[in-house]
Amino acid sequence: MGEHWTLFLRNIQEFWRTFRQNKLGMVGGFLVLVATLTAIFAPALTSYDASEIIRDSNNRALTFAPPSVHGILGTDDAGHDVWSQLVYGARISLVVGFMAGFIAMFVGSALGIVAGYFGGKIDSLIMRITDVLLVIPDLPLMLVLVATIRQMELKISPLVVLIIVIGLLYWTSTARLIRSQVLTVKERQFVARARAIGAGHWHIIRKHILPQLMPLIVTNTVLILSTAILIESGLAFLGLGDPTRPSWGTMLNFAFDRSAISNGAWWFYLPPGIAILWVSLGCILLGNVLEEMLNPRLTAHHLEGEAGMIAIAEAESKG
Amino acid sequence: MARRDYLLGKFGIALLTLLFVLLLDFILFRVLPGDPIRAVIGRNVRISAEVQESLRAQFGLDKPVFPDQFVDTLGQWAQGNLGVSWSQRKPVSEILISKLWNTLLLIGLGQLLSIVLGAILGLLAGWKRKTPFDVGALTFSLIAWATPTFWLGIILLVAGSTWFGLPTGGIVSPENVGKPLHTVIPDVARHLILPTLTFTILYLGEYMLIMRSSILEVLSEDYILTARAKGMSHFQVLTKHGLRNAMLPMVTIIALNLGFTVSGAIYIETVFSYDGLGNLVQTALVKQDYPLLQGAFLLLAVSVIIANMLADFLYTYLDPRVKAN
Repeated sequence: MGEHWTLFLRNIQEFWRTFRQNKLGMVGGFLVLVATLTAIFAPALTSYDASEIIRDSNNRALTFAPPSVHGILGTDDAGHDVWSQLVYGARISLVVGFMAGFIAMFVGSALGIVAGYFGGKIDSLIMRITDVLLVIPDLPLMLVLVATIRQMELKISPLVVLIIVIGLLYWTSTARLIRSQVLTVKERQFVARARAIGAGHWHIIRKHILPQLMPLIVTNTVLILSTAILIESGLAFLGLGDPTRPSWGTMLNFAFDRSAISNGAWWFYLPPGIAILWVSLGCILLGNVLEEMLNPRLTAHHLEGEAGMIAIAEAESKG
Repeated sequence: MARRDYLLGKFGIALLTLLFVLLLDFILFRVLPGDPIRAVIGRNVRISAEVQESLRAQFGLDKPVFPDQFVDTLGQWAQGNLGVSWSQRKPVSEILISKLWNTLLLIGLGQLLSIVLGAILGLLAGWKRKTPFDVGALTFSLIAWATPTFWLGIILLVAGSTWFGLPTGGIVSPENVGKPLHTVIPDVARHLILPTLTFTILYLGEYMLIMRSSILEVLSEDYILTARAKGMSHFQVLTKHGLRNAMLPMVTIIALNLGFTVSGAIYIETVFSYDGLGNLVQTALVKQDYPLLQGAFLLLAVSVIIANMLADFLYTYLDPRVKAN
């Protein structure tokens, strides 16, 4: 544990003290926490298996039963318990979203650091790749990629295909953000000093640059998670999920394809959407609040009355 | 000079992206299992071994894959020959063109509405920061951002058809096909309401957020303070200095958003069975019609690349700093 990491830990404590004051951030944190706990403790939250068919007293499958007839959220077209599908679906949605998000964060941070730190040819190469990926429409690209990979019969789980494709396409914004931050950090004096006493590149990146980037990486990861979860739900809705392990998006795909709408089965098509909204809103709130706390530039506003400006001026003279 | 370099750079990126898309589409087509001949003539057509051989020679499949076949394929694509759809047994380009206008209509309407409304509301929200209006606008855009497109479509479909009796799918009622225009146009308009509304709600939030943060950024600049000190009213400062500078990021975002617009079209057309490119992509996906899927990808990607490049060119006219820099 170097001194920079101790500093980093102390920063986190300070951060939490400020963060606790922020209502929106706390709401976002709450939403994400509840969803994560639901995913972890799914078996404890329901007494049915997600693939179990609920039957009535005549042993016929209970299809499209409203919540008043069965369980918390009724049954779907085949007689599965919707609430069980929802809580087990949390596992699939969150695991795919989080893993894809972490791959994107990792690739983006690594390439951003390399590009910003080393500069030169490697920098222009990485930046050209982000330029190219930024322009290609993402959904058609992912559809073509996922469909073709599946057709190749590689015996990979469809969920793994989704994780890899999402993870390897959504790192570009992270890479650009990290790169620009590295460009400023590497000009700081402590980096120059470390270099002067003969520290290697790896040492400088790990001990001096990475700790400075951590707040940015954390913020960005949270925002990427919401994108990854939304994208997963969309691809699953279009039929690219794993039908044997339904995520929330797959549930909506089933609901849409199997006439839940014409049957008025709102308990089948509303809850998965609300769940997706719940998690992605949680991540966005959390991410935005973190971003706001790290970017004080947005607090000045010259059309907001003189009282506000005096306060800003005072704060600036103190700071 | 500087501007020419900037444009050349942008043109280079566009060209690079185009090449990448073409190469990717070519590779994806080649890695599919089975004989590429099948991709051209369809899966279930019976042909003898001799015919197959002569077809292979005719399509150049006896030549090396790279660069000969790649160059041949590029030539074919340039002539608009994108192969034959497996599911519809028609040339892919013919199918794509027949759906193109419907999608452009939907995207155009949705973009226009969301940009205009988003810019106005975002400007007001940024100006009146921390008022209930701003908080409401912010809440709306955050929720719109977090909502899955297709799910909002489903909700609006249910609400619109139950409460307002709006059509749930298609672009024109079957009984009105081939009727005179004064019957068809109102019917098409009714079919467009829900998909356009979905589109507008989703993208409105984003444009509003961008306009808001863009105007906030501008309002924290020192020249705004100077303008206030000169005694200009809030409204004057906002329109003369604020709006002009805040519009610039919007132009970039509109261009960058074209890709997202295409995503929106795929989801929304699927939910409303709207007869456009997006719905076509979804159908091709379900039917595993790869020539159609890859042709659609090629068309969508190339259109977005070209549109983006045009937006960059436009940007240099709007922002004099690009010229000077």
